[in-house]
Amino acid sequence: MHLDWTALGQVAAASTGVTVAVVVVFALGVLGLAQLEGARDRQGRTFALGLTQAVLCFLACAAVVAYGIFLIVPQFH
Amino acid sequence: MDHITFLVAVVIVTALAFDFTNGFHDTANAMATSIATGALAPRTAVLISGVLNVVGAFLSTEVAKTISGGIVDDTLVSPGMIFAGLVGAILWNLLTWLVGLPSSSSHALFGGLIGAVWVGAGSHGVNFEKVVEKVLVPAVASPVVAGVAALLATYLAYRLTDRARKESVTKGFRIGQIASASLVSLAHGTNDAQKTMGVITLTLISAGALGHDAGPPLWVIASAGIAIGLGTYLGGWRIIRTMGKGLTEIQSPQGFAAETASTAVILTSAHLGFALSTTQVASGSILGAGLGRRLAEVRWGVAGRMAVAWLITLPAAALVGGLAASVVQSGGDLGTAVVALVGAALAAGIVVVSRRNPVHAHNVNDAHEVTIRTEPPAKVGTAA
Repeated sequence: MHLDWTALGQVAAASTGVTVAVVVVFALGVLGLAQLEGARDRQGRTFALGLTQAVLCFLACAAVVAYGIFLIVPQFH
Repeated sequence: MDHITFLVAVVIVTALAFDFTNGFHDTANAMATSIATGALAPRTAVLISGVLNVVGAFLSTEVAKTISGGIVDDTLVSPGMIFAGLVGAILWNLLTWLVGLPSSSSHALFGGLIGAVWVGAGSHGVNFEKVVEKVLVPAVASPVVAGVAALLATYLAYRLTDRARKESVTKGFRIGQIASASLVSLAHGTNDAQKTMGVITLTLISAGALGHDAGPPLWVIASAGIAIGLGTYLGGWRIIRTMGKGLTEIQSPQGFAAETASTAVILTSAHLGFALSTTQVASGSILGAGLGRRLAEVRWGVAGRMAVAWLITLPAAALVGGLAASVVQSGGDLGTAVVALVGAALAAGIVVVSRRNPVHAHNVNDAHEVTIRTEPPAKVGTAA
């Protein structure tokens, strides 16, 4: 019997890595949002920083989702 | 169409019935945590999931080819055996639904087929090496991997957002959950609808209506997609309750971490050709997400019962499948009709029993247990 341990290891490593990365980046985006909502001044530094952080993080997550859809749909490959 | 005999027609209808049970059995995989955290209203959740399942079915026919060529020997399989296997799978799916246990529909299907082929064609018709390689190893490995990934991700998510305003965090992750849950549904559609397509295609091949290496025809893809989509929309509320509420109390960061882990595992392994069970992956993720939040309570009794259900799913479905196969084999068309009627009667019985203590969109989040017995009546005299 042939068990492909390499493939199994790849699945384990890749999926753990992707999960942790996506959740951490998304959490940072949520932090940015929380900063936005907490900022008293709409022109202030906190607001601008929070906005940038949230936008960048959510864009990164959207890119991963797009790649996921790309993987699901064979017509794209 | 002279290849489509009475038996083949019965098999196709049974396969679609299995697909339907597959759909409502597995709604929970994608949507249980979103429903539990309030990210999506129950009815909206099952609608999104159902539509994405249909879409997924049309997108990919990759797995459909591997199911029909590998685990059982295609050349020995008769439509009668496929029918018997499906009956075993459907009955096991309904029974586990009744007690609210998220067992694997894929294992039920494999089990039913293995049992039926074993009885019908002898043990050489079953490719045991393939069973271990394609079914058992992923079954053990995938929930563990998903669980570890969700655990790590949940822990980090809570550490990072520790000091932020709780409402902003909850709201943010709820919105994220809608995306992650939708991706699980789409991946589920591409995986599970294909199993039924594979089975119907296998039947058509064994009846001589299709060539040996043929892919599923369009009408097969369409009907399988619609059957699983309808089943998903109906919603397996009993299982949704167990997965969303029963294992642990899920908050939105955990739900997001769990769904992300499920999607990642399903997509990476589908990419490498493992046919894994979405149910087991999703349960592993939820368990991991429960452990990742400090002080979160995991109900190990529920987790233990689920693990037992996983262990016995394949052999139990195989037993029913084998039994049905022996009746079909000795009784011919009459035997098939008898098995179909007995199967339908048992299925109806299970549905009637479930009515005694129904779980639906309105009460799914109210409790964490699924019981079969009627609750004691609140007022004397109102009990039926």
